[in-house]
Amino acid sequence: MNRRRLGQAMPYLTVIGLLIVWELVCIVLDIPEFILPRPSRVAVVLVQDFGAIWFHAQHTLYTTIVGFAIAVGFGMALGVLVGSSQLAYQGLYPVLVGFNSVPKVAVVPLLVVWFGIGTVPAVITAFLLSFFPVAVNVATGLATLEPELADVLRALGASKLDIIRKVGLPRSLPYFFASLKVAITLAFVGSVIAETLASDQGIGTLVEQASANFKVPLVFAGLVVVAALGIAMYALFAVIERKTTRWAIRAVDVPIGG
Amino acid sequence: MQANSVADTPDMMVEIDDVQLTYPGGTLAVEHLDMRVQRGQFIAVVGPSGCGKSSLMKLASGLVLPSHGGIKVAGQKVRGPVKIVGMAFQNPTLLPWRTTLDNLLLPLEIVQPYRGRFRAEKRQFEADVRALLATVGLDGFAERFPWQLSGGMQQRASLCRALIHQPQLLMLDEPFGALDAFTREELWDVLQDIWMQRGFTTVLVTHDLREAVYLADRVLVMSARPGRIIADHVVDLPRPRNLDTSFLPHFTDLVHELRDLIRAERAGA
Ligand SMILES: Nc1ncnc2c1ncn2[C@@H]1O[C@H](COP(=O)(O)OP(=O)(O)OP(=O)(O)O)[C@@H](O)[C@H]1O
Ligand SMILES: [Mg+2]
Repeated sequence: MNRRRLGQAMPYLTVIGLLIVWELVCIVLDIPEFILPRPSRVAVVLVQDFGAIWFHAQHTLYTTIVGFAIAVGFGMALGVLVGSSQLAYQGLYPVLVGFNSVPKVAVVPLLVVWFGIGTVPAVITAFLLSFFPVAVNVATGLATLEPELADVLRALGASKLDIIRKVGLPRSLPYFFASLKVAITLAFVGSVIAETLASDQGIGTLVEQASANFKVPLVFAGLVVVAALGIAMYALFAVIERKTTRWAIRAVDVPIGG
Repeated sequence: MQANSVADTPDMMVEIDDVQLTYPGGTLAVEHLDMRVQRGQFIAVVGPSGCGKSSLMKLASGLVLPSHGGIKVAGQKVRGPVKIVGMAFQNPTLLPWRTTLDNLLLPLEIVQPYRGRFRAEKRQFEADVRALLATVGLDGFAERFPWQLSGGMQQRASLCRALIHQPQLLMLDEPFGALDAFTREELWDVLQDIWMQRGFTTVLVTHDLREAVYLADRVLVMSARPGRIIADHVVDLPRPRNLDTSFLPHFTDLVHELRDLIRAERAGA
């Protein structure tokens, strides 16, 4: 019982421990603030500049969620196509692998040429980074359908569409929800990357400008906010996953980076 | 084996004529396969492992088409999945996200004419499912999920799913293979009862020779791969059979005879 309580407290204890070590190292080694500010200093800036930070954070949240929403819709459709059609699989698989190995940071300048500086490149980058795990997981869920299960339905005269609707999609739901957790985190990465390079709003912009002006505590405050948003979104989708797919054994997260 | 002249008699449920099945990759699963099943009969198919029994089931239900030869079910040439068939396998293959009730409704969501009436008559269908569950001793388990049931209960539910749309032909591929001896013998009686009440045709593939003799009117023995029928034993034990039947000398003799046949077949392969 005690061990379980300790287990639950571990993440918080670890964070607090790290912050204390960080604070002490800064004090003992007398590290200047423009290189590595103390956590207490970051906290002060976070409170002082909260208005500005929150303004940018809202914008980042907005671009992330729009990009993520498009990614979910597109990723699901692509996953269904690739997972249910042998031909689509053969045709699209190499393209997808190739696409996924392009570093998305390198695409941002191109997006700026096409759409100018602002929200659109950030939304698109968030989308590009996050649709892949959704598509892969949905496709995996569909493609790993047990042949016997398909036979039971085929023997009843079920069409391919029936099989996808009645068995394929429900069966791939746990894979889908597992992928949302990964995708939302990647969407944050995407929008912040694009904001640093090509925007006048958002946490990425804030961080970029703050670091250009050597306001390093503000940089850290911005990063803390992004991390907090990322954790909150991850937790939200983890809860949705648990609620919706109680029947499934834990599905595997697909780790894919940008 | 019957002559071709009686091939089209209306009381034949399954007619398989000189069928050959080669899988992509070249495996010859069955060859020169001939088989007749009369309407209402209970047939058991036994044979050495890998001889093509599951392939025979897939052929008769239209899930795969023969490379050579012809198959008719209920007088109709098989060109694709045969919709008057219900199937159950060794693995219960219930959908874990559906309750037992919803699992059993699945065939009714797919097969006509139930499909067209599904929304309107869902209440009636649910009542039918509950009644069927009661006949296999699963009353009270309709709202449970499959993973909350024991293996034997799952297999009962799977049997019900194969029967809910009132198929004329029931195809069972080692449905009791993964169960313990007691549960298995219980389910023999459950299956025999439903079959005697409803009078559908049954083809049962099994490894268990006692099961074959206990349940079937005729036991067909298949050769080693490529499979064909090498013996056709009529089981003339009175029904309903019960555990006492399985201790009769005649029962035991039949089982031994079949065992010797299969042993010889395995040695030859
Ligand atoms: N989808 C498939 N593709 C290729 N070969 C197959 C396929 N299904 C079965 N086979 C081959 O066909 C032969 C017969 O298989 P089948 O499953 O019909 O045997 P079985 O009698 O049911 O075996 P068991 O008693 O072990 O269940 C085997 O050699 C098997 O390897
Ligand atoms: Mg088999």
